[in-house]
Amino acid sequence: MKKSLEGRAWVFGDNVDTDQIIPAEYLVTMDARELAKHAFEKAKPEFAKIVRRGDVVVAGRNFGCGSSREHAPRALMGAGVSCVVAESFARIFFRNAINIGLPVVEAELQTNEGDRIVVNLADGVVSNKSTGQNKSFAAYPPFVMMLIQKGGLVPYTKEALGCRR
Amino acid sequence: MCPLAKTIAEKILSTKAKRQVSVGEIVEAEVDYVMVNDITGPAAFDEFDALCVPIKRDKVVLIPDHYVPNKDVASAVQAKKMRDFAKRHKVRNYYDVGAGGVCHQLMIELGFVAPGRLIVGADSHTCSYGALGAFATGIGSTEAATVFARGVLWFKVPESMKFVVDGRLRKHVSGKDIILRIIGDIGVEGARYASMEVEGSSISSLPLSDRITIANMGIEAGAKACILPPDKKVDTFLDGRVRGKFKHVLADPGAEYSDVRRYDGREIVPLVAKPYLPSNVVPASEVGVEIDQAYLGSCTNGRIEDLRIAAKLLKGRRVHSGVRMLVVPATKQVFDRAAKEGLFKIFSDAGAYISGPTCGACLGGYMGVLAPGERCVSSTNRNFVGRMGAKDSEVYLASPAVVAASAIKGRIVDPSEVDR
Repeated sequence: MKKSLEGRAWVFGDNVDTDQIIPAEYLVTMDARELAKHAFEKAKPEFAKIVRRGDVVVAGRNFGCGSSREHAPRALMGAGVSCVVAESFARIFFRNAINIGLPVVEAELQTNEGDRIVVNLADGVVSNKSTGQNKSFAAYPPFVMMLIQKGGLVPYTKEALGCRR
Repeated sequence: MCPLAKTIAEKILSTKAKRQVSVGEIVEAEVDYVMVNDITGPAAFDEFDALCVPIKRDKVVLIPDHYVPNKDVASAVQAKKMRDFAKRHKVRNYYDVGAGGVCHQLMIELGFVAPGRLIVGADSHTCSYGALGAFATGIGSTEAATVFARGVLWFKVPESMKFVVDGRLRKHVSGKDIILRIIGDIGVEGARYASMEVEGSSISSLPLSDRITIANMGIEAGAKACILPPDKKVDTFLDGRVRGKFKHVLADPGAEYSDVRRYDGREIVPLVAKPYLPSNVVPASEVGVEIDQAYLGSCTNGRIEDLRIAAKLLKGRRVHSGVRMLVVPATKQVFDRAAKEGLFKIFSDAGAYISGPTCGACLGGYMGVLAPGERCVSSTNRNFVGRMGAKDSEVYLASPAVVAASAIKGRIVDPSEVDR
């Protein structure tokens, strides 16, 4: 697990649904880079073109509501997004992100597009360097923390099953 | 703290975790069935193939429905991956085009769903199975793969919220209107991470079909599960259909709910959720906007009961000249029944288009995608930005009665405008 994540902010409002993150017509591949080309295509058409590795998505309440498509967190990972900071998450998106290893933290952070965001997962603090605001966020439950540390659900499952590879 | 009185969710998860669980803790629990479709399945197959154990084949159900019959080459490849996976791992519960249909209706028809079961599916509307008293929830592809391998999954034991709807429902008021009323009240995250329990005399008076609509849309309020207490109607439906044994699981008296909300069923009117959230609910009579398309189908409202309601209104009438009406029975069984009952002739005579089962248009995939600026009244479950097509197209969610009446009038109306 990477301790500290840093990047520019992409700001979204409440109830960003999975159709906005990755429209359903592109659900014909699981290739993260391919999916990333269409991330936020309808909501923020410029996103896919200028997103940079490390960038942070900052959103309001209920981020990722809607479909169970794992393509949504995968598209964000493929785009290089290092973390999603939102006031709250829809549950399937939250699980998918944790299970595939995309850090997601619950915090309410005053942010403008392009602000410099630093997320310190180990200390539980997210900072907006552009405004100087720091916010701490609640630690994950121990089971979830364990999944994150093992690299997601698949490594955990391999261990539980005693798989060698 | 472990109160003795438990909600349905707590009881089912306790049984499946083989210990007494309490709200907020994370447990690993034994899953009865895991379902994936043609867009969530392929990722699960790749992940599963990296694991080192044989598949728990009797727990796995594979249903291509989103982009079949194949929408294009890429979706053909995905559907083929599922077919090949079923063959390679000898998964018997695989239902190809011509045998199946929309996954949630099929899971229920084929007897996989029963009271007290714990079922997961890589599709958010898996919560539909709560209509039969199961704890069922949507999951991702990766976790589905791990269930293929281990038969267990982690769950955070949810809080429960109770919704009580009492009273005789008005003419043309259906399960769709009840769930839209609830979502309009609590909002799209009103039940986030919670298990909804929906009960009351209005609910028990409803046929199973309408109850499935209610449970189906629990996710639109953010719910993890949406459970209706099972009763004799569920037993009658399952008789001769269910796989294996089952036992009703009901909430204990005194179980704790984070919220209890009561509604007067007599006051609920036909409703519509306007763009762009399922919580943006108003009476159908107040909408009035002109429409380009009317869609009847999906896991929410593509059952024979839904088709009958629409056919009753369309019989001897015409779909408005400016409207394309699409009728998409959810499964082969629904399709065959509709054919037998003569409903297709009614739809066709009215000028509607009828297709075989697919999820296609509901999620803007194919078979009814909207052009920029177009508006659709739809019996489906989501009206997000661009859900059924172009970014600035609009989806209005409604019951089959409202869809049919609006198709006739060319604008969104209360069904009483067509049939008093």
